[in-house]
Amino acid sequence: MAFYYLCILKFEILPSVNQEIRDKYEVVIGLEVHAQLQTESKIFAADAASFGASPNTHISPITLGHPGTLPKLNKKAVEFAMRMGIACNSQITENQYFDRKNYFYPDLPKGYQITQDKTPICMGGGVHVKLSTGEKTVRFHHIHLEEDAGKSLHTDGSSDSLLDYNRAGTPLIEMVTEPEIKSAEEAATFMTEVRKLVRYLGICDGNMEEGSLRCDVNISVMPVGSKVFGTKVEIKNMNSMRFIQKAIEYEIVRQIDAVENNEKIIQETRSFDPATGRTSGMREKESMNDYRYFPEPDLVPLVISEEWLSSVKEQMPALPWELFEKFTKEYGLPAYDANVLTDSREVAEYFEATCQFTKNYKAVSNWIMGTVKSYLNDHNLEIGQLSVTPEQLAQLIQLVDDGKVSNSTASQQIFPEMIADNAKTPLQIAEAKNLIQQSNTDTLQTLVDEVLANNSAKVKEYKNGKKGLLSMFMGEIMKKSKGSADPKVTTALLQKTLENL
Amino acid sequence: MNIDQELLQKIAHLARLEMPESAEKEMKESLESVLNWMSELDEIDTSNVKPLTHMSLEINALREDKVIPNISREQGLKNAPKQDGEYFRVPKVME
Amino acid sequence: MKVYSTLKDIQTDLYAGSITCRQLVEFYLKNIEEKNNTLNAFLSVFDQEALEKADEIDAKIKAGTAKKLAGMVLGIKDLLCYKDHTSQAGSRILDGFESQFTATAVQRVIDEDAIIIGRQNCDEFGMGSTNENSAFGPCLNAVGENRVAGGSSGGSAVAVQADMCLASLGTDTGGSVRMPAGFCGLVGLKPTYTRVSRWGLIAYASSFDCIGPITKSVEDAAILLEIIAGKDEQDSTVSNEKVPEYTAFQTEKKTYKIGYLKEAVESEGLQPEVKAATLAKLAYLKAQGHEVEAVDFPLIKYFLPTYYTLTTAEASSNLSRFDGVRYGHRSTEATDLMSLYKKSRFEGFGKETRKRIMLGTFVLSASYYDAYYTKAQKIRRLIKEFTDNLLTEYDFLVCPTTPTTAYKLGEKTADPIQMYLGDLFTVQANVVGLPAISIPNGLDNDGMPIGFQIMAGAFEEAELLTFAQLIS
Repeated sequence: MAFYYLCILKFEILPSVNQEIRDKYEVVIGLEVHAQLQTESKIFAADAASFGASPNTHISPITLGHPGTLPKLNKKAVEFAMRMGIACNSQITENQYFDRKNYFYPDLPKGYQITQDKTPICMGGGVHVKLSTGEKTVRFHHIHLEEDAGKSLHTDGSSDSLLDYNRAGTPLIEMVTEPEIKSAEEAATFMTEVRKLVRYLGICDGNMEEGSLRCDVNISVMPVGSKVFGTKVEIKNMNSMRFIQKAIEYEIVRQIDAVENNEKIIQETRSFDPATGRTSGMREKESMNDYRYFPEPDLVPLVISEEWLSSVKEQMPALPWELFEKFTKEYGLPAYDANVLTDSREVAEYFEATCQFTKNYKAVSNWIMGTVKSYLNDHNLEIGQLSVTPEQLAQLIQLVDDGKVSNSTASQQIFPEMIADNAKTPLQIAEAKNLIQQSNTDTLQTLVDEVLANNSAKVKEYKNGKKGLLSMFMGEIMKKSKGSADPKVTTALLQKTLENL
Repeated sequence: MNIDQELLQKIAHLARLEMPESAEKEMKESLESVLNWMSELDEIDTSNVKPLTHMSLEINALREDKVIPNISREQGLKNAPKQDGEYFRVPKVME
Repeated sequence: MKVYSTLKDIQTDLYAGSITCRQLVEFYLKNIEEKNNTLNAFLSVFDQEALEKADEIDAKIKAGTAKKLAGMVLGIKDLLCYKDHTSQAGSRILDGFESQFTATAVQRVIDEDAIIIGRQNCDEFGMGSTNENSAFGPCLNAVGENRVAGGSSGGSAVAVQADMCLASLGTDTGGSVRMPAGFCGLVGLKPTYTRVSRWGLIAYASSFDCIGPITKSVEDAAILLEIIAGKDEQDSTVSNEKVPEYTAFQTEKKTYKIGYLKEAVESEGLQPEVKAATLAKLAYLKAQGHEVEAVDFPLIKYFLPTYYTLTTAEASSNLSRFDGVRYGHRSTEATDLMSLYKKSRFEGFGKETRKRIMLGTFVLSASYYDAYYTKAQKIRRLIKEFTDNLLTEYDFLVCPTTPTTAYKLGEKTADPIQMYLGDLFTVQANVVGLPAISIPNGLDNDGMPIGFQIMAGAFEEAELLTFAQLIS
């Protein structure tokens, strides 16, 4: 009985607001997205920036904030940030400097974070999103460079927090949007696009579970048409698309509900609990903090010359929308295909590489979207781990186009073999397994004649109108040929033979 | 410049320094006298002057993105007041 | 063992074989043993190491492979990191801390075969003008009764003064090399800001801090500067200016145009003997054929407020890393994270340091930032422009290093403003980032040394040192 009541308490139905009331309000959302730049070393120190190492093994006196240490800026981090700005059509700031943001927290070794408060590296720009309600560009206010803090962990059974400084000093870009996102769907779509873009640019692996991409949500509600924003609430460190949506949906209802009931919304930082689907207020942490920003005296100004900017532009990888254009225009693919193929740079590159070896672009597309993707999904692999090379895939496609094997034979029997044994060509595999289609009309004719001779009664029925028996005859022929009869040629032969009987 | 008790405690908190009541008076007086002295700067008109933010003449001091292994974990933890061989330890951070 | 004043003399005898490095080190160690208990110049003595290094260098001398600083026995201020040695900035907050890398300037002298004999007492984090703010007791002037050494590099100066080493590497943020050098009758050089890498210098005020030598001769200051100056990958702010051969003492000019700060020389706070000695020096310069003119500096009264506003601000941030989490002192009274921070820092930092942290925090806080911090930055620009302009007209600007000679212990500690005023003539060089040197200029009636300060334009240490040598 007690258990039953406990269940009720834990799984209380989330508050809701009916659509009529909901429509009275406008939702105002701004996101602050943090992306860890995938440089080899940290932004201000030469220790390794990679994820997953044993605690406190990627450290140095600089990272630990030892007295006497000084920061030195990683050139690649700057260029990665520039790439994002260029891709998003932002203005790249010519004269920049860094600032100190001062606050105390155990994961912050120096007692201040080096960031860009006054001169962000990119201003403006935005990301195009396609929503159910239409398309729009979510604009950035700015993008700035800063360093990440370390990690603090808690273990049950200890009154201590454990501190790991591996992450301290990892380069980050913080991308702050204008407060013009209107719904949970929009927020999630935007984040998905951002994730795709940073991966395309090769600047961030976009791994939200590992924390390389995370965002803070700033959300408020106001009556439709109002010129005055409601009280803003911040939900910090969201690292899952699903949770972002759920948290926003919960907040919208919570806030509207509060306003409807004349309750004050407290300006605070809240955290999201995935187990309950609710946000709750965190203890007043930094919201009242005075960060005492001032220019970082240990770093010199960063000046981005025309030459530097041009050279970064030249080295930009192709962008998803550029490839989409190319795939539809040059390769003649339908929009659907182009969309799927440009979802990730690696897949797009694989597609293009394969097209170097065959002109049947549509077939390549079908193969990648179909057989290849299925295989990868089933085995939880990325296309980079596919043992079949673009050239080999093209060879397989050619084999089908030459009529030597059917498409289904190729995908069900040859393709898996190619994965198992990378050294053999598709043709060799087909020959070894006796899969080459019989398209020699004489041999096929013999088979047709045999089958029809053995089924004279059925032949009569066919001639009398039971056309469906064609597939039965085909089945028999295929069995006799052990599947190697070329279906197209055989069907034509069979029909002709039947006609002439 | 007058520093009341509230401001004094607020600054002490920002600076993470204990400020026992017994120390308040002396600190308040010290701060006030130095701040008054600093206020002499108001005598000069600086409306058309840009703040001097950087004293070095250099720009673009940049580092190539290369990993240079540094101290080991053991060395890093060596100076720690409390550690367990893997992590630095502090009393639990209250959320 | 005779008392040496220059490295050249030492090296002459070393290479002649009449002395060895070991003997030198033993000589200095003996003086340390005899005098350090009273003077408190050294916090640590690296006796074993120094003797071992001495033997190494003696072997190198025999083999003909010894480098430029063979025979130089140096002390380093407690603000300079030295790998696997305690570095604690004269403070309890760094109790138990051992540096895990060596400051560039220190490494450079070690690479040239200098011997580091010990770590020297200083005002906590460089904050002070008398060495009375050290958590390890004041450092006494080797001359006079109960006189301060000057600060913050008090230990570095007294060590040289009392023949505990030939030279010291100190640091200068508002006069901390020049003032104790002046109080102790020595040569103290503050190079141009960014001339010497700050990697390994425990930061007090990042845009003011400089490393500089304290020596008995201008020649040795030049030798050391030549070794420690120059670009360094570890320091983003360090200058890429080429390092000239300072020891060449070459200059096109034979006579110079010199400006002396009128307000300084005519100030009422100037001790009579100091005034007399300064005027005498000026007269001497005139007699030698140099042009000597009084220069008005109306902004002089803003030097110190500008300095204190900006340095306390930077310091309040630089000292945030001392939180008892990763190293240094952690209070045993801490019950939770907040009390860990507050108690560790309260216990670890001395009074003057806590005060400056409070001041700096205040100055940077949101409501007051523009009124104090930004204002001071603007005035810094005005002072810099004015000084730079003057130095296009004059080769050097001169004045007494300090208004008085060394105070008695405890004399100035009651009134902080009085204490700060002692920095009046030295701070300018730090506010504007220019090089300045203090050279001995006689004694007062009690036998206390008087200092004479010369300031030059940016990166003009060659001219500065040549001139200082000329008039010494």
